[in-house]
Amino acid sequence: MGKNLFNKVWDMHKVGTLDSGLDQLFIGLHLIHEVTSPQAFAMIKERKLKVLFPERTFATVDHIVPTENQRRPFRDPLAEKMMEALEINTKEYGIPLYDLESKNQGIVHIIGPELGLTQPGMTIACGDSHTSTHGAFGSIAFGVGTSQIRDILATQTIAMSRPKVRLINIIGALPKGVYAKDIILKIIRDLGVKGGIGYAYEFGGIGVEHLSMEERMTICNMSIEGGARVGYMNPDDTTFKYMKGRPFSPKEKNYQKALDYWNSIKSDSDADYDDTYTLNVEDLEPMVTWGINPGQSVSIGENMPFLKDLDTDEQKTVSQAYRHMGFEEGSPIKGKKIDVAFIGSCTNGRISDLRIAAEIAKGRKVASEVRALVVPGSKLVAKQAEEEGLDKIFTEAGFQWRNAGCSMCLAMNPDKLKGKEISASSSNRNFIGRQGSPSGRTLLMSPAMVAAAAISGKIIDIRNLKEI
Amino acid sequence: MDTSKMIRDSISGRCIAVRGNDIDTDRIIPARFMKVVSFAGLGEYAFYDERYTGNGDKKKHPFNDEAFSSASILLVNKNFGCGSSREHAPQALYRAGIKAIVGESFAEIFEGNCSVMGIPVLTVSSDDIENLMSEVENNPEVKMKIDINVKQLFLNEKAYNFNIPDSSRLSLLNGTWDSTAALLNARNKIISKSKELPYLHAFE
Ligand code: SF4
Repeated sequence: MGKNLFNKVWDMHKVGTLDSGLDQLFIGLHLIHEVTSPQAFAMIKERKLKVLFPERTFATVDHIVPTENQRRPFRDPLAEKMMEALEINTKEYGIPLYDLESKNQGIVHIIGPELGLTQPGMTIACGDSHTSTHGAFGSIAFGVGTSQIRDILATQTIAMSRPKVRLINIIGALPKGVYAKDIILKIIRDLGVKGGIGYAYEFGGIGVEHLSMEERMTICNMSIEGGARVGYMNPDDTTFKYMKGRPFSPKEKNYQKALDYWNSIKSDSDADYDDTYTLNVEDLEPMVTWGINPGQSVSIGENMPFLKDLDTDEQKTVSQAYRHMGFEEGSPIKGKKIDVAFIGSCTNGRISDLRIAAEIAKGRKVASEVRALVVPGSKLVAKQAEEEGLDKIFTEAGFQWRNAGCSMCLAMNPDKLKGKEISASSSNRNFIGRQGSPSGRTLLMSPAMVAAAAISGKIIDIRNLKEI
Repeated sequence: MDTSKMIRDSISGRCIAVRGNDIDTDRIIPARFMKVVSFAGLGEYAFYDERYTGNGDKKKHPFNDEAFSSASILLVNKNFGCGSSREHAPQALYRAGIKAIVGESFAEIFEGNCSVMGIPVLTVSSDDIENLMSEVENNPEVKMKIDINVKQLFLNEKAYNFNIPDSSRLSLLNGTWDSTAALLNARNKIISKSKELPYLHAFE
């Protein structure tokens, strides 16, 4: 039996086994941001420890940055304080920081790949659960808590137990109007939000081979919403082509050696898995969440479930979801009115996402009662979009064009839902309160579906776009 | 580091039950309260949006109930702590006085965060948690005793078996749940590992 990528990379990075029985794992790349790192630096200082490999940690600001007025000091003194803490800590320990002045600033999971920091066969950690995004390159990437950030700063290693590996075999070609976001929403619905606990997900199969790097990142990004801390794909020519010429990618003269390494860590064709699940995407339809966790979704043509059809355990969560959302059981998601449309986040804030949304926005107008935001995931994405004139298309259609950041994906900056507003959102979490209002409501979907909802003022089937 | 002070082989205290599956980290502590550079003071925001209306009026919630104000053991249902990796969630609970959590199942990162903070996270069967929750709700005064070594907890003279990952159990018993020191012991091995990994030297 051969070995899968996960176990190859894990074994290669294992420093030893601790007394607790956990493995000590070397972290090849550590990414930090302003929200989860200050407390870790405080612990380092308190214990008079050093940062062992400052050159393997990179910092940026994303969660708290205002996407409209970025003048310092920020209007929100708490945000300003967090920004200052990151500036002081990175300076003190010699860690590179991509701040608002830098042309490379952006959401941490977008800039890692953009800069070529994210590479196959690495272990990557960041104090953020969507670190699984980087797995799209064939790395083992996972979110960690603040105490583990402290451990990585001090030792470049963490203590962890080895998860099992589930192969998610994606077959069939995606129909028109259906996107990577729909694939991952479907997987989470099928396997459940707890289904991946204790597992790393390897996304494989012919259905993955045809996907671009950006689509692959969207899928790996939301592994954690299915409970899997790690999601990854084997690197291939698409991966290598994406990486060519990026600032931190291996230089030409060492490229062959890098390629040999990347090929060596791929899952063997006869690799062993703890579990396998197959999804045929040929008949997949656009997916929309209707509830308060990312597993509560339906395809656009489907109605929301009746409580009586669910087991008692699920009934509790589902009736709570209906209470919060104000939806009726058994009703269609199609036609639900929205107040806000948000295109952005580390799930769907990349250039390909903006291109798809712009194509829909072009020559149309945002419904008068809808507040619509397009927030590029990084400054480089913003620059590219502006060069292509996408910003103009959006603003002419009535979307607001913002600066890079996490924005309305979560409520740590001025972009928030108000009251009971419903948003159509390209982000990854529909938890109660996630978008800034305790009574606000979030419907997750692909950026194309968000753009269509913005224009029609309600949830429509993107495949019937001609109707609007 | 003096590990003897960090041994947590038994915990006793009053309990508080927060019912519901899939209680995510944003509900444990809403993101808007995390704009802080220190964890101190997070305790008062635990379950904030479930405890207060938009106008700041108190809602019905166990954390608002005087009868449970001195509780130190939290009882929960399935997939507790799903969502974010931010340690703010366990920190908020810890600073609200929670020293151990007993539930049906937990999200992985949340469980890991608790274990490096020395907060035991214990799983029991669905029947048992239902039992424990009703006992505590009917009589907030009862005290639970948790024995990490024998993997049993005791309430009203009755013993319940619980599960805990071996690694967490050992680190609580040995007082080594704070991982930094243990990791740093392997400094030489860490350095030699860094020399073996080809990408750390730009494949030179
Ligand atoms: S965009 Fe959202 S999910 Fe991604 S890092 Fe920012 S807050 Fe987290």
